[in-house]
Parts: sequence; C-alpha cells; structure tokens
Amino acid sequence: MTEPEQKPKTLYDKLWQSHIVERQDDGNCLIYIDRQIIHEVTSPQAFEGLRQAGRQLANPEAMLAVPDHNVPTGADRATAINAEDSQIQLDALTKNCKEFGVEYIPMLDDRQGIVHIVGPEQGFTQPGMTIVCGDSHTSTHGAFGALAFGIGTSEVEHVMATQTLILKPQKNMRIDVDGRLGAGVTAKDIALAIIGHIGTAGGTGYVIEFTGSAIRDLSMEGRMTLCNMSIEAGARSGLVAPDQKTFDYVMGRTKSPKGAAFEQAVAYWKSLPSDEGALYDKEIFLRAKDIAPQVTWGTSPENVLPISGVVPDPNDVENPERKVAMQRALDYMGLTAGTKLQDISIERVFIGSCTNGRIEDIRAAAAIARGRTVHSDVAAWVVPGSGLVKLQAEEEGLDQILIDAGFEWREPGCSMCLAMNADKLGPRERCASTSNRNFEGRQGPKGRTHLMSPAMAAAAAITGRLTDVREL
Amino acid sequence: MDKFLKLRAIAAPLPMANIDTDMIIPQQHLKTIKRTGLGQFAFSNIRYHDDGSERADFVLNKPAYRQAQILVTGPNFGCGSSREHAPWALKDFGFKCVIAPSFADIFYGNCFKNGILPIILPQETIDLLLDDAGRGANAIITIDLENQEITGPDGGKISFDVDPYRRHCLLNGLDDIGLTLQKKDVIQNYEAKKRLSQPWLFKG
Repeated sequence: MTEPEQKPKTLYDKLWQSHIVERQDDGNCLIYIDRQIIHEVTSPQAFEGLRQAGRQLANPEAMLAVPDHNVPTGADRATAINAEDSQIQLDALTKNCKEFGVEYIPMLDDRQGIVHIVGPEQGFTQPGMTIVCGDSHTSTHGAFGALAFGIGTSEVEHVMATQTLILKPQKNMRIDVDGRLGAGVTAKDIALAIIGHIGTAGGTGYVIEFTGSAIRDLSMEGRMTLCNMSIEAGARSGLVAPDQKTFDYVMGRTKSPKGAAFEQAVAYWKSLPSDEGALYDKEIFLRAKDIAPQVTWGTSPENVLPISGVVPDPNDVENPERKVAMQRALDYMGLTAGTKLQDISIERVFIGSCTNGRIEDIRAAAAIARGRTVHSDVAAWVVPGSGLVKLQAEEEGLDQILIDAGFEWREPGCSMCLAMNADKLGPRERCASTSNRNFEGRQGPKGRTHLMSPAMAAAAAITGRLTDVREL
Repeated sequence: MDKFLKLRAIAAPLPMANIDTDMIIPQQHLKTIKRTGLGQFAFSNIRYHDDGSERADFVLNKPAYRQAQILVTGPNFGCGSSREHAPWALKDFGFKCVIAPSFADIFYGNCFKNGILPIILPQETIDLLLDDAGRGANAIITIDLENQEITGPDGGKISFDVDPYRRHCLLNGLDDIGLTLQKKDVIQNYEAKKRLSQPWLFKG
C-alpha cells in the first residue's frame, strides 16, 4: 500500500498514516499503539476481561502503571486508612501489574503522580508515538507531537491484548494563536478562550493542531496544559509540532532514547511537523493580545469569560434551550445575572491536576503567594502533579512560600479535580480551581467550580474572591 | 456480547444538551472493579435527593419510564470523562439505544463496545421523537438495526446511518478483540518493520 507522497501532510496525517497496520474496506483502520498508561480506576475491568478470556498482554513493555485518581493526598498517606473501596482498586492494580508483568510505580514512590504528568516526566512520552490511556486527558501528551487520546476500558483491554485499536481517521483542525500573550495570561487562558470560542463540541470529530507564535513560545508545560484541555473543546487529541524545546525536554529522561538512538529519534521527529501547504478541514485564528485571564461562571467549560466580565443574563439569549441551560447553570452555581465576576467570593482553592499540576504552575502560584496571606475565609490547597514535581518545588523553596502564605501543601494525585476520595468540596462550597471541568458535582456533590489559571487561583486565595491577577 | 437485532421498547425523553459522563455516573460510583451493578447509580445526582429518596420529577423515576430501554436526548451527549462506567450504568439500567443529535467521540465508541446502539439524527427528527417519547408507556419505538430504520408509535419511519463495521459487530454480537487477534500476523509484520525503522521504541 503506497501513500500519495506528493500531497502535503499535516502532523496528524503523518502520525495516523505511520501507524496503520491494516486498512479495512469500510474505512476503519487497524492502528498500532506504541504506549499505554494505566491507572487504578479504568483498568481493573480490562485485566478481568483478559483473565476471563485467557488472554495475555501483547507487549507488557509498552505499558506503564501508576495510581492517581484515588490515592489519598494528605501528609499521612502512608498510614491513612483509605476508604475500603478505594483500597480495593489500588490493590487490584498492584496485583494485576504483578501478574501480567507491567511496570508499576507504587503510591509511595517519588515518581508517583498523575498519569499525564508521569508519562512525560519519565520520558515514556515521546514525539511520533501513539499513546493511549483510559482517561480523556490523555490528549495532554499531544504537546510532544504524539497522537494521544483517551479511551474506554474495552479499548484499554483491546490494546492490552493486541497493541492496536480499530479507528476511523479524524478530521484536521488548526487553531492558530499569533503574537505575544499579555502579562498574567497563560496557556490555561488560551485553552479556556478557545473553548469559549468554539464550544465544548466544537472539536468533535477533529484532531486540533495548535500553531502560531504564541504556541511556539509556550514552554512544554504550557503546551501540555493547552493540549490537555483539547478534550474540553470536544477533540479527543490536541497536537503541537515537536521542536527543539520538545527534544530538549525529552533528552536525558529515564525512558528516553540515549546517545546515537536519541540522535536517530530526533532526525525522525524533525520530519513530523506539518508540511508547507498542508490542508486542514477547519482553521481558526486568534490573536494572543486579545486573550485576557479567563474564568468560568457556569457548569460547562464553554461558560467562560474574561475576568473583567459579568455573569451573563439568560434573558439576553434567544435560543430557548440555551436559555434554559444557562438558567440551570446559574441556579446550580448560586449566581445572579449581572454580578461582576470579581465580586464573587470563594471558600476553597485547588491548585493542581493534570492540567495545572506541573512545576511551572507551582512557581506561578508561589510567585503570587510570596509575602501575602491566604484570606481567612479560604481553605487553599496545592496538590503537586507528581512526587518529582513536589520534590523540585521543595528544592526551590516554593513549598515554604506557599505554606507561609497559608496554603496547604499536599501529596501528589488527582485529588479534588474529580473528587473520588475525601478530597472534595462540600455542598454549595465555591472553589477557584486550576482543574479542567466545572460540571455539576465534578468536585463534589453540589460543589461549585470556577476554572482558571494557577496565578488566578492563587490571587483568589489571597483576596477571597475571583480576582484579576494583573491588578493584585 | 448479546446480538443487537431489533429492539421494541419504551423511549424516555431527556431533552438536555451537553449531558456529561459525570452526570451519567458521578465519580463517587467509580470505585468498582466490575462492569455490572451501576444501573442503580445512573444519573444519581439528578435522580435522587440527598437522603437517597427518588426525585419524582426525574424522568426515569416516573412509572411510565422505569422499563425504558431507549433514551432520546440532547446534543453532545456523553461529553467529558472517558469513563466506560457511563455506558455500563446505562446498560445496567436497561438502556440498549441512545438517540441524540450528536455524541462526544469517546462515549460514542464506548457504547458499541457494550452492545448499546447510539443513533445520530437531526435535531428536527429528535424533536419528533421527544414528542413521541413524551407519551409515557405508550411511547413504544422500534429500532431495526438490520434495516437501519426506526418506527415510531404511529408507524412513521425514520432511517439512520451507522458505521458498517460497528453495525456488523452489534448485529452478530462480536467481540472485536477476538477479531483483531485473528490478524496477529499482520500486526507482527508491522511491528517487525517498526523495530528496524524506529528501534528506540523497543527494548532490545
């Protein structure tokens, strides 16, 4: 089977075509999967399926396991009595990895953390790969120019048994952000502004490639934040073309290729960026200077506005279904139309998650916290995305700055991003959160989430209300 | 997996946009290591009061819809988390078919893996089906996957599209892991070539 070589290809076209094992007549393709990361919540049923069918793993070396969703994040995590059902999932992961020969990073290992932070950190994530995980935020790894996407447990099992998936090609979308970001504006604000622009279903059926000078100027951490939230725009995968920044990040990590193999890999990775003249099915152009710090006001990530905005009025909406949805969101959030976003007071702050739990995020929070004090009505948490992020932050003294300001410095895990364990909001508690979803109940039943960047969340912790970090 | 041929069942209307998988199955119910038993928790945050009693106004708590096997709902259904617990919960409740103007990609794929047929139809057609579904226990709809046709309670016909491979798997109740394993040689050939061209991806 030969490809039409002359046609310019996008980064996604190249990733897709280089992983086709077989094309079916019906348009579906058998796609090779280079890497799979697993965690305790979406893997037990897959292992159980293998066991029942008497199947083995196709390639245990292509897998890495780490618990994250359910692990306690308090200082006493080693001895804390975990909820019985949480412990069952952790024990199942330990047992399954041992039985099937999968490399496993246990909870008390320094390398433990959120799957999407651990993969890149360990060099498990590399450009040009296909990477899957039973978690929708697998899109994060697209920051390296890898085709990475979240899958359900049945697909986890399919990859375990066959190292492949049966997939249909997605369409190509390009979102170009040109120019320089203003002070106090971050990758998170770009992500939220994009979602506000195209909506949570805007990227459905597409892979989004982020291009433009504002994207190239982002650090690898920033690119991961951006690709992480592609799924909130409906796209299963986000992509940023690999460049020198990418190669420098990957070089020297535990699982990265070394020496001549690294040089050989880089030569290949340099062939991945989209060709001049490659066609996209959809293109969107944004200017970096138009993006202000963003906060969400409702129960969908597309319910987002610049911090200077006011809570919108359902009466201004023509479409009857949207009017009803907006009113429902305002009722749930306990907000009144017309209220200035900066007048909304908060009781909780969560800085962490696979979106914003990296070292750059902790630095941004500490820079705001330095010499200031958390508002007396606010309980503010910082949950590093991995043990290595935590150690690095402690080496830089960031933990002490945050603790001195009144933040609680915790152990790594998904924590209050999805609130599976004791880390959650109480009913009607309002939280400034650096996580990725503000759905009803996401951070705890009846909890109220406002999504924003780490600097904005830290600023909210200090003032006790949603705050424009540029004016602090 | 059970074969999906023809389904004649009650349709329940849930006309909300952007129903996310957190709403379909909240995180507090994800701590299971089984695929079954989640039906009681489907939509739990909007289906039950804080004390665990049922909310009478929620559609699936109404006597007419307790046996519903078809869900007619709004656009972007199943957005958010990739948790397959969402289709597991729907299936365990009794749903075998979800009809919406659009679905989120991951959820859409997860349905087929569990014998649930997701059908995409234009909003105008959904509006008609929502009307039909509003008739309670009389809202009997027939889904014929073989002929890709829906028959409404009054005999009106609506045709729908579905990916041929996924249709084939549903009609025959096929386990696609078994099918893929039959292609082991092709996969190994691909892998052997890759070991030569991208050796850094493999250990030794």
